[in-house]
Amino acid sequence: MRWLLAKDLRILRRSPLLVAMLVLYPVVIAALVGFAVTSGPSKPRVAVLNEVPPAANSIDLGGQRVDVSQEAKALFESIQSVKVRSRAEAIRKVRSGEVLGALIIPPDITQDLEAATAGGAMPPHVEVLYNADDPAKQAFVQDTIKARVQDANAALAKRFTKVAAGYIRLLASGGRFSFVGGTFDILGLARAEAILRATAARLPSTSPELRRLRGVIEFAHLARQNLGLATGVLSAVGTPIHVDEKVVKGGKTPLGAFAAAVAVTVTLMFITLLLASGALALEREENAFRRLVRGLVSQTGLLVEKLGLAAICSGVVALLLLAGLSLFVSLPWSRVPLWILGLAAGGAAFGALGVAMGSLTREVRAASLLAFMASLPLAVLGLVPSGAVSGGVYDAIRAVSAAFPFRPTLDALQSALGRSGGIVGPVLHLIVLTAAFTALARVALRRFA
Amino acid sequence: MVKRFGDRVALREVSLSAAPGKLLAIIGPNGAGKTTLLSILAGIQSPDGGEVASSPRRVGWVPQQPSLYGKLTVAENLRLFARLERCADPDAAVGRMLDLADLRDRAGDMASTLSGGNRQRLNIAIGLLAEPPALLLDEPSAALDPRQRERLWEFISALAGRGTAVVFSTHNVAEAERYAQQVVVLADGERLFAGSPAELERVVADRPGSEARDFEAAFVAFLRQRGH
Ligand SMILES: Nc1ncnc2c1ncn2[C@@H]1O[C@H](COP(=O)(O)OP(=O)(O)OP(=O)(O)O)[C@@H](O)[C@H]1O
Ligand SMILES: [Mg+2]
Repeated sequence: MRWLLAKDLRILRRSPLLVAMLVLYPVVIAALVGFAVTSGPSKPRVAVLNEVPPAANSIDLGGQRVDVSQEAKALFESIQSVKVRSRAEAIRKVRSGEVLGALIIPPDITQDLEAATAGGAMPPHVEVLYNADDPAKQAFVQDTIKARVQDANAALAKRFTKVAAGYIRLLASGGRFSFVGGTFDILGLARAEAILRATAARLPSTSPELRRLRGVIEFAHLARQNLGLATGVLSAVGTPIHVDEKVVKGGKTPLGAFAAAVAVTVTLMFITLLLASGALALEREENAFRRLVRGLVSQTGLLVEKLGLAAICSGVVALLLLAGLSLFVSLPWSRVPLWILGLAAGGAAFGALGVAMGSLTREVRAASLLAFMASLPLAVLGLVPSGAVSGGVYDAIRAVSAAFPFRPTLDALQSALGRSGGIVGPVLHLIVLTAAFTALARVALRRFA
Repeated sequence: MVKRFGDRVALREVSLSAAPGKLLAIIGPNGAGKTTLLSILAGIQSPDGGEVASSPRRVGWVPQQPSLYGKLTVAENLRLFARLERCADPDAAVGRMLDLADLRDRAGDMASTLSGGNRQRLNIAIGLLAEPPALLLDEPSAALDPRQRERLWEFISALAGRGTAVVFSTHNVAEAERYAQQVVVLADGERLFAGSPAELERVVADRPGSEARDFEAAFVAFLRQRGH
């Protein structure tokens, strides 16, 4: 068996193109993952046409100046804004795909805002233009802009309610109020009530005015109490619901380690499947298979040799890949034995699947094609998060994923890299899969010669 | 032995025995079942009926299609199989086979760069490495030049001289006549004849209305007469 292994390694060494691909592939994956993890999701490019004259950026709210552009800051922080000078230019940029969308802020928005606070009929509005060629992108931009406009709305609402609450407090408690340059002293309901009570005390108890006055005092008292309630309600309006985030399932694997686990699992899968299925099919293509199984090696021995060859080669590449990834994300080097355990178990299971593919297809080209074609759906199925599809479909996906090594390998590596969940379960799962696929390959080998 | 592939019967109750030190030739048209018969003897395929009285481990086998690794050199191919065959001295066996196949000057070349005939020489050499007590060769001389063919038969006759039982198939009827002590004629999985080349010649020549110019033509006429 070791002579066969040495032979396969020698043949591999003499296939520089194949080896280059097998080495380059993980390097590219590592670089991509590293890039994705360190740069984060990019902000959408959005053309912004701001027609509001700088002088009109602040509005007057009950004597307070509110700078609208300050409230809209959140919007501009979450997009990459591209300044444009006209509506036509914005449309052109959206059409050409240079920007994903355009936001047009009309010149009279601040006036409308001011008017709206004074009970004006026209609500202030902004205009958003999309390019709908790519529905996914459109939805992304739409959501981003909507969410940000919502934020700006919430911020403005907070300012408005503050002002309104100030008015109400003034009505309830009285105080100083400045308006168009002049300052006024507002009596307020509380003081009015006190004055009325003092006046009432001085009236003879038989006075008819006293009864009327008592009615007014009652009203002032009630009004003050209810206005106090109103300020509470108003401040509630200005306070959006706060989100408390808590992870219940999915473990504490940091995003970087998760990305690394995905990258390594994908690499392990590709290399192992290709090598195991290709090396086995090559034995048949070279006609050597029949010579070998005439007592030189057992069929099971041959399968184990191919499985081992693929698992060893891909394991080495995967370890190198992890070393490369650790330049971008912090990985727990103290747990290297667990990495190796995960890689070995995953490599063996993928190797078994590979030899099953190799013995079913019997030709190197067909085997490689099958390995490539099977890899993508396996990875996609293994990566579908719960909640992305309906319950029944998710259960089906989980069942299918459990029948193939991708998901358990990912689980094992996540555990090895990020301490989320135990590694024993996935490793046992992988051992079962290894035995099952080796048995399948053994049966398929019957028609191999 | 009986062998079926689905509805097609490749071998219909064909019996065969090879004696130590003797050469047995199997001749017959394409698709007659020669390769199938040799594969069963070699232990590659299992028969649907009948049995083989020797273990595959004790039988050397040279398949019709070269079975070797294109990405290994000639010497590496030989060394690999010498080791897998557990030869006592792999390097000596490799040297012996390089000489036999006259491939010493190509020892370092990749097998994939060899000509068809040279690849067949290497294929034969691999089958002879272990010097087994019985040897099966499936059209060994098919791609060889006349000189190399002669070397091959010289070597195989020498092996037989030392007690090896040899069974080979060939389309070269003259070759069978010249080197084999026993001839078996197969056609459509049926054994039409078994005996010495001289007896075959007699059967062919004694055919009523035989006017064949040579043995090969007479053989073809014989097959036609028997409905093949
Ligand atoms: N694996 C197989 N599946 C189906 N049919 C087969 C298989 N192998 C051989 N046969 C059939 O069995 C018959 C005998 O084939 P075989 O290869 O033994 O012929 P042969 O005498 O060696 O021919 P040739 O002189 O062309 O080498 C043929 O009809 C062939 O089509
Ligand atoms: Mg044949």
